Amino acid sequence: MTIDTDAPTKVAADLPQDAGQLSAKLRHAAVEALPPERLMPDRQPTYVASWIYVFGVLTVSALAVVILTGVVLAIFGPAWWHVSPTGHFVNSLHLWSVEVFFFAMVIHLWGKFFMAAWRGRRRATWVTGVVAFVVSVGTAFTGYLSQQNFDSQWISTQAKDGINSTGAGAIFNVTNFGQMLMWHIVLLPLAVGLIVGGHVLLVRRRGVVPPFAPPGDAPPDVKAVPVADLTPKGDDR
Amino acid sequence: MTAATDTSTKTDMSAKKARRFKPDRDVEEWHGGYLPYDLVKEFIIAFLVVAVLVVGLAVIFSSPDETPVTVKSWSTSDPVDFAQTAITELDGTSGTATYGPPYNATTGASQSIGPFSPESWLGVHHPINTANDYVIDPLKTLPNQPGVAAAVAEYNGASSEQQAAWTAAYEKAVANATAKNGVLQVPKGDYGPVGTMIGALTSMARSGALDGALLSSRQFYGTDYTKPLLFIADGAYLANLAQNQHLSGDQWGMMNETGNYPGQAWLWLYTLWYQVPPMNSSSSGDLQVWAIMMVLTLLLALVPFIPGLRSIPRWSRVYRLIWRQHYRDLAGASPT
Repeated sequence: MTIDTDAPTKVAADLPQDAGQLSAKLRHAAVEALPPERLMPDRQPTYVASWIYVFGVLTVSALAVVILTGVVLAIFGPAWWHVSPTGHFVNSLHLWSVEVFFFAMVIHLWGKFFMAAWRGRRRATWVTGVVAFVVSVGTAFTGYLSQQNFDSQWISTQAKDGINSTGAGAIFNVTNFGQMLMWHIVLLPLAVGLIVGGHVLLVRRRGVVPPFAPPGDAPPDVKAVPVADLTPKGDDR
Repeated sequence: MTAATDTSTKTDMSAKKARRFKPDRDVEEWHGGYLPYDLVKEFIIAFLVVAVLVVGLAVIFSSPDETPVTVKSWSTSDPVDFAQTAITELDGTSGTATYGPPYNATTGASQSIGPFSPESWLGVHHPINTANDYVIDPLKTLPNQPGVAAAVAEYNGASSEQQAAWTAAYEKAVANATAKNGVLQVPKGDYGPVGTMIGALTSMARSGALDGALLSSRQFYGTDYTKPLLFIADGAYLANLAQNQHLSGDQWGMMNETGNYPGQAWLWLYTLWYQVPPMNSSSSGDLQVWAIMMVLTLLLALVPFIPGLRSIPRWSRVYRLIWRQHYRDLAGASPT
């Protein structure tokens, strides 16, 4: 048996008759949007030199710990951590990783705000970041409701008034433990994962926002440059 | 230096359409230097740092796990509060009985801002009849209690006026009730079968049978604790425990956690609105707070699109701190 080292070429032949294929179109669009060198860069601009940049990757790292510890809690079931010292320790890891996650995320958010990180076609990056924060708040909230202890009893009986006032209480019943647990371990983590994943891909696609021009520098608009000429070759649309 | 502008509409390369450069929307393309950067290594190091930090925090601080309140523990610790709450469930004056949607259709109970009242639009979705669900139906499950069955039958057979007279009399009496060795002592009064009913319900609660009865009306595997939770929350016992744990609304309770734990600190702004007028005293305070938070969240998400708001970073000049090395390098490279 021989190994066909040309296999990757053969499985993506890119023949003209395949141009209409949805798979081919999707591959082209994906590679065009995120070429490998942009997805996994080995260089970054020199202005990326501040501790504030660390908080983005710290947020993702904390999310990874949150998910890992949540998976362990899910494996053993919701009652485990109340009766097992090991389970209680895993619950503590889960709790503190959530605290670190939000701490890093909030600093990341305000850091990006003061960089005006939405500039240069990065508005979707900003919006997905804010949505990720809001959905994360909901995920943490349902986690507090799923604790099965006094804290979750009190939080659910208090929070119901706010949720009910919006009408959402009709379908989102915070005093229904089973429903809140499902939202906490299935629906909302899935949403957070997808949104954060999309956010990170957008960051990779657009790159890190450049600094503001120093005060006094002439802005490019003084020449009223045509839009087409302003877009540098090879830059994304 | 050329500029990479934000061109959300498709660019026709032949069109010579000029668009003004806006510093809060557009950027100039970077033509400066680049430095080596290992994305994967950065993530691995960050993950390890976070993992070590989290393990340290978990070892040092652990996590809280206060025992939940049950109907049994409530009625055993404070049978008077339990009986006082139970009578309000029977006569329909408790918090849950008068709540409105989504639990019942109490007129005028829905929160609203002008004509905006989503609570009432969506209506009743988790119906609770407090008299039946919390008192009468559980009592019917008690075996070999002919006295209780007769009291329930007498109560059900009476006119609504007679029922109201009995419950009012009992409510007045139970206000002066005491607990002797954990057993409820209610002053005598003209409350007909209601005394027997609430006494039996209190005994049932103390035995733990009521916890099961409030759930077993559904199915074997119950996961919906709406009924027992709302019943417990109607009493003062739960709120007193919460007060001791600094969890009340006026103690910024939503963002706190039992013990000295940080809790949901990220809810500080949401909780803040509950501390200030008119939300802290309005009957529609919850809806008002949610409306404010929804508007603020929308504004935060849409900052890049809102002139003025999106200029705050440039005006604040905080970015000079973030990119101080870059501006220092620029100043050093400047011929002046």
